Amino acid sequence: MALSTVLETPGAGFNFDNATRNAALEGLFKGGQTPKPLKTGTTIAGVVFKDGVVLGADTRATSSEVVADKMCEKIHFISPNIYCCGAGTAADTEKTTELLSSNLSIFSLNSGRNPRVVMAVNILQDMLYRYHGQIGANLILGGVDCTGNHLYTVGPYGDVNKVPYLAMGSGDLAALGILEDGFKHNLELEEAKELVRSSVHAGIMSDLGSGNNIDICVITKQGVDYIRPYQESEYKDDRKMKYKYRPGTTKVLTEKVVPLKLEIIQETVQKMDTA
Amino acid sequence: MEKHYTDSKVKGVSTGTTILAAIFDGGVVIGSDSRASIGGEYVSSKTINKVIQVHDRIFCCMAGSLADAQAVIKSAKSHLSFHSVQMESPPLVIAAASVLKELCYKNKDELQAGFLTAGWDSKKGPQVYVVSLGGMLISQQVTIGGSGSTYIYGYVDAKYKPNMTREECLQFATNALALAMGRDNVSGGVAHLVVITEKGVEHVVVPGDKLPRFNDE
Repeated sequence: MALSTVLETPGAGFNFDNATRNAALEGLFKGGQTPKPLKTGTTIAGVVFKDGVVLGADTRATSSEVVADKMCEKIHFISPNIYCCGAGTAADTEKTTELLSSNLSIFSLNSGRNPRVVMAVNILQDMLYRYHGQIGANLILGGVDCTGNHLYTVGPYGDVNKVPYLAMGSGDLAALGILEDGFKHNLELEEAKELVRSSVHAGIMSDLGSGNNIDICVITKQGVDYIRPYQESEYKDDRKMKYKYRPGTTKVLTEKVVPLKLEIIQETVQKMDTA
Repeated sequence: MEKHYTDSKVKGVSTGTTILAAIFDGGVVIGSDSRASIGGEYVSSKTINKVIQVHDRIFCCMAGSLADAQAVIKSAKSHLSFHSVQMESPPLVIAAASVLKELCYKNKDELQAGFLTAGWDSKKGPQVYVVSLGGMLISQQVTIGGSGSTYIYGYVDAKYKPNMTREECLQFATNALALAMGRDNVSGGVAHLVVITEKGVEHVVVPGDKLPRFNDE
């Protein structure tokens, strides 16, 4: 992948090279079972309200039955006016959003404009479609641009849908229940935040793969308010002992200082061409 | 999401669907339901848009895998707009259908998407074309597609008449979609209809509760 090219579009037409490569790889594994990438359980939700978009996510990252990260960041920065929540394979969502963010920032510098949400969605759709579902990224993109407040979902196969409210991840069914009940068009800011918070909370309560704290990100025309954490888990443990040892706990027996003698061997000066 | 996905022929989100297009006197009506499902059990969207405008007077309805259909339509839109710039005139409806057919036929092993193309052009007036899964392209007066279409073949064969008025045709299309949505579990939501004539394009959306009701409901 060329890093310096902006928005490099692949050759005309569809490119199914990866599909043939995958078919060839499948034959190499015993019993035809390719190794499954680790998925992290998640509850993410988004709501469009009167003045912008509110995105919410839990903060638990699991590796099978162990919580690998209790304060994982699932709301990714794409551009100053667009943020993206990611569910599915953690590495995929992380790298996909990073790639999108860097492409869009080059675009912003070149064109002098903030990117539109629909542009981010199109880039993501093209990329995920090219990989035919092999990139396990279920994304909720929310942002505010000159055309209004938008919330989109992009699936791992490259399908896109524009919606006023949405939940994704393993806790999505529970969260969706709260959203379906509480959503109205043109909500106020506090109502929208509360709706997203309670839907992510429902996901945390009903799904083992989601838990810990709730992050909220509010995007409006005025700017972004990323509240991390918005609500802390009520089951936060209280450590009785400190694991940090003060300096001096381990006795120093001997100390030896050897100075490094460095001499300048060669010095070159190259004038900068400031023409 | 993995727990929603069961053994389904279409990987990922499927449009499920009932799509329909019919020619009337002076124009064409094209319409669809608005449900997208995964694995035949989970409704992933109640309000997905399956009727996409590919040019000023040409619309397409998609069926099959949502991702594949959206990708093909995106490519077709850009092809068509380029073609239109080169020809310095709006594209013919058959041109739009052919672009879709090329993509579906050349990539038939990897794609799972079928389309209905309907529109108006100055050469042949209102037309309807079907591009099936494998890339076959045919022209018809009235056509239905998608999983829900199996329940309304009888209704369409019996009730369609050539040279209907705009109102008659709209009513016919709404009834057909309502009947299919009533029997097919992966079709539902609202009925999206678009009426295309020489004068312009009109969107008609019939919400679920305003759909016509029949005997057993």
